[in-house]
Amino acid sequence: MDETILEMRNIRKEFPGVLALDNACIEVKKGEVHILTGENGAGKSTLMKILAGAYKKDSGEIILRGKRVEILSPKHAQDLGISMIYQELNLVPYLTVAENIFLGREPVSQKAPFQIDWQQMYKKTKYVLESLHIDINPMAIVKELGIAKQQMVEIAKALSLNSDIIIMDEPTAALTKQEIENLFEIIKRIKNEGVSIIYISHRLEEYAEIGDRVTVMRDGKTIATLNVKDTNIEELIRLMVGRELKEKYPKISILIGEEIFKVKNLERKGVLKNISFSVREGEIVGIAGLVGAGRTELARAIFGADKIDKGEIYVEGKKVNISKPKDAINCGIALVPEDRKGQGLVLSMSVAHNITLATLDKFAGFQKINLSKELATVKEFIQKLKVKTPHYNQKVMYLSGGNQQKVVLAKWLLANSKVFILDEPTRGIDVGGKLEVYLLINELAKNGAGVILISSELPEILGMCDRILVMCRGEIVAELSREEATQEKILYYATGGGKKIA
Amino acid sequence: MQQEVAKRLPNNNVKFFLKSRSDDIGIIGALIGLCIIMTILSPTFLTVNNLLNILQQISVISIIAVGMTFVIIQGGIDLSVGSIVAFTGLIMAGLMKNEGWNVGLSVLTGILVGIVLGLINGMLVAEVKLPPFIATLGMMSLARGAAFTISGGQPIYTLPESFDAISGKIGIIPIPALIMIGIYLLASYVLKYTKLGRYTYAIGGNEIATILSGINVKLYKVAVYVISGLCCAISSILLTARLDSAVPVAADGYELDAIAAVVIGGTSMMGGEGKISGTFIGALIIGIVNNGLNLLAVPQGPQRMIKGAIIVAAVAFDILRKRRQREK
Repeated sequence: MDETILEMRNIRKEFPGVLALDNACIEVKKGEVHILTGENGAGKSTLMKILAGAYKKDSGEIILRGKRVEILSPKHAQDLGISMIYQELNLVPYLTVAENIFLGREPVSQKAPFQIDWQQMYKKTKYVLESLHIDINPMAIVKELGIAKQQMVEIAKALSLNSDIIIMDEPTAALTKQEIENLFEIIKRIKNEGVSIIYISHRLEEYAEIGDRVTVMRDGKTIATLNVKDTNIEELIRLMVGRELKEKYPKISILIGEEIFKVKNLERKGVLKNISFSVREGEIVGIAGLVGAGRTELARAIFGADKIDKGEIYVEGKKVNISKPKDAINCGIALVPEDRKGQGLVLSMSVAHNITLATLDKFAGFQKINLSKELATVKEFIQKLKVKTPHYNQKVMYLSGGNQQKVVLAKWLLANSKVFILDEPTRGIDVGGKLEVYLLINELAKNGAGVILISSELPEILGMCDRILVMCRGEIVAELSREEATQEKILYYATGGGKKIA
Repeated sequence: MQQEVAKRLPNNNVKFFLKSRSDDIGIIGALIGLCIIMTILSPTFLTVNNLLNILQQISVISIIAVGMTFVIIQGGIDLSVGSIVAFTGLIMAGLMKNEGWNVGLSVLTGILVGIVLGLINGMLVAEVKLPPFIATLGMMSLARGAAFTISGGQPIYTLPESFDAISGKIGIIPIPALIMIGIYLLASYVLKYTKLGRYTYAIGGNEIATILSGINVKLYKVAVYVISGLCCAISSILLTARLDSAVPVAADGYELDAIAAVVIGGTSMMGGEGKISGTFIGALIIGIVNNGLNLLAVPQGPQRMIKGAIIVAAVAFDILRKRRQREK
């Protein structure tokens, strides 16, 4: 356990205009789970991508099993026993589990070396999966597996490559509680076999359960490496952000006003059943539920992104007809989608153009855009929301997650939205960034907006919401006030506990 | 922190300007290099007459390339441009020569036909949701076939002088060159200053995010194919007037030259990024290569080989340079 297997020393890496890593170090022991943490943009992913051969370092050295190595490519890293499991998994969706695991190194038959030995491939796959106690059919098509199982396939693949260093980037971001437990189980098992795991995560509450040591990075530098046993969440946050964060959830009390938004008997066949709820001015209503409970589908249906089969929507007491997003926007409804990069932003466009995308009509007559008027507004919003960007013309893809989310929010603030549907607004965002998003949510509520907060992080829902709706299989199964809500109660209803048996 | 942001904004302006221009520098360098080589190889290259000649020669392709730039930035492709040029040319020539229509009305009808064909392309892509490659591949064959059908495979020539005058000169400057420059100025205005331009980039960059921002994506998708059809019709006027005839095989393969100009100009085939000024330089590079190889009396075979190599080399160089920039 005390044997050092890997050391990265004084790693430096520059991207155009950004010093991503400056003197970053990490030292990993054999058979430990080493947590790597820090705010977004701290350089964790860059450091790990260098280790996995995806990026080349500018300077510094990597010592693997006592020998200095230069890692030339992802393939080379694999040959050296290093595998990285990316957040957006790297599997071929239409191939089977076995084909994915043996992609590029398919076992061939002895007699005809150009022919794949399918039997052997499936047998070997079965063996690997069984040794991990993973219950997946080697012949299943990867696309049809859930995200959690796909992750298991990645882990199996890494092990079948004889990797003894496995890097996991935010592995639990998209998993349910049960799936997380299964994952931790597997991590513990492979750790006991001497595999070292470098575990990147923002979820501080996971560290104690899974980690042995933790390395904190900030601004491209390594700040400290600590034993998980000897530290606590407060200390880690302080090291990460370089300052004290007083509160994780800065809930403020706001005078709650009139009803601003109401949904009545909303239905979408096979997805949403008889949904009714309302939101008042200044109120933050949480929607909790497991993955697949229909929360995102509800958000999309309200916003006009998906057709509804039945139901009525009221804004400020007036019944409105929403058949496309434009209608929803005109009614003052805003949607911050769950997939920020895939649906919330045009990554190839600038900060400025993303902010005004939904409201160009404000700056344009028939077609001509008044650029100087647009720019003045953009600058105002960048300042107001404290968007950290070197320039308003910076492409939004180069911003950190928290700042990207601010750009999305700026877009809707500019549209004078009154009802904000926030779908996992802090997913993949670091602690400091999260706090800023929470403060913005408070700001929205203070200005009289109604906020619907969809989140898989129960502490976030409990910490920020006035009222909590729990969804299960397309239905709202419970409504809890802030005072009566607890993690246990929410989970009880979310897993179907409150349902009458038909 | 607010102060920090505020302070950093103006300071970075110069650096940012240079960085955003650095994409253009590579291709402008290529253009200048090409001019230097040609000047050394051929004494007639660097003469006012020859340079004006080049502008005249590239006008047809480069106007098609304007429409193509819109389509490609928006994430599509238009393979039907050459066929639309041929078909609209025959419509115009047929109306004025065989049907005795007046020149203005014939030209307007030709333009209208170009717009309608573009509209059909756009509807197939936006409403029927055909992949742009397939929709315009179909139109490519359809319009070419129609051109053969209405003309019976025969050319229509000796057109009215008032029509041919479009390919004439004002002073020493060819009218097609002036029209071309006008269209480029207009197009770069549209891309930068109008909603149409902004949404073209947005749809090419991320269609879903654009839909979720409440934009009528279908309308703006159709619009770029209409623009492409319109550009083809205008090109067709210039081509038909210069040749004093319309032929069903006209503009064969022009879609490839137009795409080449756009791509050499730095517009991403993935959509979302690109500039109209780049396309102009791309068209100039192709024009100079064509012109130079003619001046040097290189035969057709090797000429096409060299052109192919230059297109691949220009884009490969650009991609490598950008990749190196990103990796650094």
